[in-house]
Amino acid sequence: MKNIKFLIVGIVFGIILIKAEVISWFRIQEMFRFQSFHMYGIIGSAICVGMISLLLIKKYNIKTFSGEEIKVEPKQFSKGNIIGGLMFGLGWAMTGACPGPLYALIGSGLPIVIVVLLSAILGTYIYGILKDKLPH
Amino acid sequence: MNILTHPWPWYIAGPLIGLMVPLLLLIGNKAFGISSTLRHICAACIPTKAKFFDYNWQSEKWNLIFALGMVIGGFIAGYFLRNPNPIELSESAIADMNKLGIKNYSGLIPADVFNFSALLTLRGFILMVVGGFLVGFGTRYAGGCTSGHAIMGLSNLQFPSLIATCCFFAGGLLMTWFILPYIMNL
Repeated sequence: MKNIKFLIVGIVFGIILIKAEVISWFRIQEMFRFQSFHMYGIIGSAICVGMISLLLIKKYNIKTFSGEEIKVEPKQFSKGNIIGGLMFGLGWAMTGACPGPLYALIGSGLPIVIVVLLSAILGTYIYGILKDKLPH
Repeated sequence: MNILTHPWPWYIAGPLIGLMVPLLLLIGNKAFGISSTLRHICAACIPTKAKFFDYNWQSEKWNLIFALGMVIGGFIAGYFLRNPNPIELSESAIADMNKLGIKNYSGLIPADVFNFSALLTLRGFILMVVGGFLVGFGTRYAGGCTSGHAIMGLSNLQFPSLIATCCFFAGGLLMTWFILPYIMNL
């Protein structure tokens, strides 16, 4: 089962999210109210570590463990970055969760979050249906 | 064991989250991101003619398995590494949230707002169902979420990700400061 490594990394990531409390509605409120450095410290240091890692991978042309060339698809700009971004931001402050935290919260013993996840799946589904009619 | 049950400080958790970026690249040439799993679930589970869901989701199975891992990780942290104390919020945050009518600070989310019976209230429905819908619709429309845009995209110096991240934040501020007080009073 070649995907087992992703299961393990997912488990570690889920534990980190819970232990860092970034999945907490309270912490998200604190962040949007500028009342704590916690979330800014986490997101900021995560980006720094990610950025340095990618620079090193590119500079030294580091390959994957199985020897493949590492490539990262560039993100394409679209109006969706703005409109969809604002919509997600509204939802983030309402539910206190982005998609990753939803999974970790459900596992942590909060079945009510399944409702939020199902609703998010429905949101993605409706986007998929309307995609061609939306400005991009 | 203290270090495991206590909440982790930002300078431990943040870099660990950042390490997900090179780790996923090194083990499988995968770009860090979670919100795409919502699309894969649609493609796998909902019969539809929409072109957006007509792709080989099985080639993205790793993403779903990663998400499954997150559920298990949440379970491990929630049941075996649970912080015995209530979350330590700043005084000012508690004062503001008291004003919003929140009384229960014992868990990771306010149990008096997010529960099954609250689903039948207008406030609960808006926060959980409409909020969840916006998360799913918005992330896909924006092409990513906090992990795909804010962390992976910014790490890779992507300009669209910078715009998206600013808009995530603008939407969150708008909700928190101008709309949430009304929703909480419903």
